[in-house]
Amino acid sequence: MKTVYVDNNATTKVAPEVLEEMLPYFSELYGNPSSMHFFGGQVQKKVNEAREKVADLLGADPSEIVFTSCGTESDNAAILGTLDSYPEQRHFITTRVEHPAVNNVCSYLSRKGYRVTELSVDREGRLDLDELRESLTEDTALVSIMYANNETGVIFPIEEIGEIVKARGIPFHTDAVQAVGKILINLKKSGIDMLSLSGHKLHAPKGIGVLYIRKGTKFSPFMIGGHQEKGRRGGTENVPYIIGLGKACELAEKNLEEENTRVEALRDYLEAKILEKIPNTLVNGDRQNRLPNTMSVSFEYVEGESILLLLSDLGICASSGSACTSGSLEPSHVLRAMGVPFTAAHGSIRFSLSVYNTKEEMDYIIEHLPQVIQRLRDISPFWKDYLKSQGKK
Amino acid sequence: MWDYTEKVKDHFLNPRNVGEIENPDGAGEVGSLACGDALRLSFKLDESKRIKDVKFKTFGCASAIASSSALTEIIKGMTLEEAEKVTNQDIADYLGGLPVEKMHCSVMGREALEAAIANYRGQKVEKKDFEIVCNCFGVTDREIIKAVRENDLKTVEQVTYYTKAGGGCGQCHPKIEAIIERVRKEMEKEAPPVKPEKKRLTNIQKIKLIEETLGREIIPALKADGGDLELIDVEGNKVYVALRGKCSFCPSSEFTLKQYVETKLREFVSDDIELEEVRP
Repeated sequence: MKTVYVDNNATTKVAPEVLEEMLPYFSELYGNPSSMHFFGGQVQKKVNEAREKVADLLGADPSEIVFTSCGTESDNAAILGTLDSYPEQRHFITTRVEHPAVNNVCSYLSRKGYRVTELSVDREGRLDLDELRESLTEDTALVSIMYANNETGVIFPIEEIGEIVKARGIPFHTDAVQAVGKILINLKKSGIDMLSLSGHKLHAPKGIGVLYIRKGTKFSPFMIGGHQEKGRRGGTENVPYIIGLGKACELAEKNLEEENTRVEALRDYLEAKILEKIPNTLVNGDRQNRLPNTMSVSFEYVEGESILLLLSDLGICASSGSACTSGSLEPSHVLRAMGVPFTAAHGSIRFSLSVYNTKEEMDYIIEHLPQVIQRLRDISPFWKDYLKSQGKK
Repeated sequence: MWDYTEKVKDHFLNPRNVGEIENPDGAGEVGSLACGDALRLSFKLDESKRIKDVKFKTFGCASAIASSSALTEIIKGMTLEEAEKVTNQDIADYLGGLPVEKMHCSVMGREALEAAIANYRGQKVEKKDFEIVCNCFGVTDREIIKAVRENDLKTVEQVTYYTKAGGGCGQCHPKIEAIIERVRKEMEKEAPPVKPEKKRLTNIQKIKLIEETLGREIIPALKADGGDLELIDVEGNKVYVALRGKCSFCPSSEFTLKQYVETKLREFVSDDIELEEVRP
């Protein structure tokens, strides 16, 4: 069966160039970068090169790059490490649509006695910056707001947010796991103090992440151990993965234009065709400020898990914000925060593309998706009710 | 990805009896768009009052569709009295099992059937007659009590898996806990726990079971104290064992054997086991 992979916000294929770059560091070049001998030294050199490549993609200085094990670790380290540095401040600001790596840290902080403000979003998934301004207080230790949403792809005005937060002298962290490699990020002149990214979202393997920490930012290490990463993250460097991530960032810089032209055009094509061919379909999120690769669509009166399994049967891999896919009983917190009506929230599907997708694959989806939705609508009691209410037979 | 059985996949990909019967004898609907799943069931009876035709329409996940399809297959040809006895567990069993988090799909099937039968009899099952415990999913105390009783549920988490109650904001968890406690007390009063009758075993089965029991329940504990035990022989209800290691010269070994090992073997193998120790 043919596989059409359009779930790149979940994870991506490791680029062949990345894998090739990594392989020698598992077997022949296995030295520890901290060693004094030549054998470790050559590895250290390569780790430094990787650090430079990551810094280049972000417009950062290599000394500001800290390698971690994943995006979740980066988020945890940024939040807990900052709060630890400001023990007097007991207020934390974030949004209602964060990834669990931030969201669940908030619940933890609430239990620990922190006051947590979760900013709301509107029907399009946009923030109200006045709400942010009003929430900032003397007691605020940190603001953490995602760069772009993993489910809808909606991009927040991070630079503007950074300015607002910096004007009050408060540290600002952003979870940019979905944004890095998809849109241009330049940290050189920016209000961002800390930024998280994850390797496997940009064609590096799972198990490697980065926390960018701007020079001069107060930070207590989350992972306490050796002198690695200048004492900001203990533990022997995950050398092959760091080298892989360096290569992936180099490729991402090259592919950024394609991501924002060809991939975006494919996404727009898929979206337009779906809206044209399938009635009662709506797009979730602000289409003007969105990642070029992501679309979240809701098909009314049908349920997401059923759609995914029928698509999966056709070799099409996507994901859903429906309740039944996650094991929870309620639809995604993102769609609920946006106030997507229940008729649509349970039937949401996310397609997320990468540079490896082709027009032919989009056509394959367009060929099959309408039948999948119709088949489930034929089983759904509400579809017929809806047609009746519209005076159709 | 959910670990669905082949039968669930089959009933999801090829659902049986989809549709709505015109002028049905009985029809019922449970669930809603807001809840994320809903099932509309209708049936027609033949002259002998058996279910001649039954159809469903379902909004929901794969296991909800499969459970509905299974339900229609199960009850076709039954009298209403027979159909009434179908439990959610019967639906799950028919499908070769459901992931525990999805058991509420089978409960939805049973509830729709109940509603359709009540409709046929001119009764009305009205939610307002009962107390709504979970406001997020509109689950009443009656539904929770029924699920606890029929499925021997013990925790709030299980109740959520079976009825969805408590799966939203979580504010009703103390109420659910109180219901579980109350119902379980009632259940104990009604039927004091009886030990399940042990099946008659062949000799080979018996020896296997003795070995298993010794290996699982007894030897690890003895080993922790530096002892060990070996099964020497089994004759009828007599089990011959030898103590090894520290146990073999421990003065309390007789006590160890009689009190501990024999009790365990009687519990797990047969009530008439007698233990004999073989001295080296």
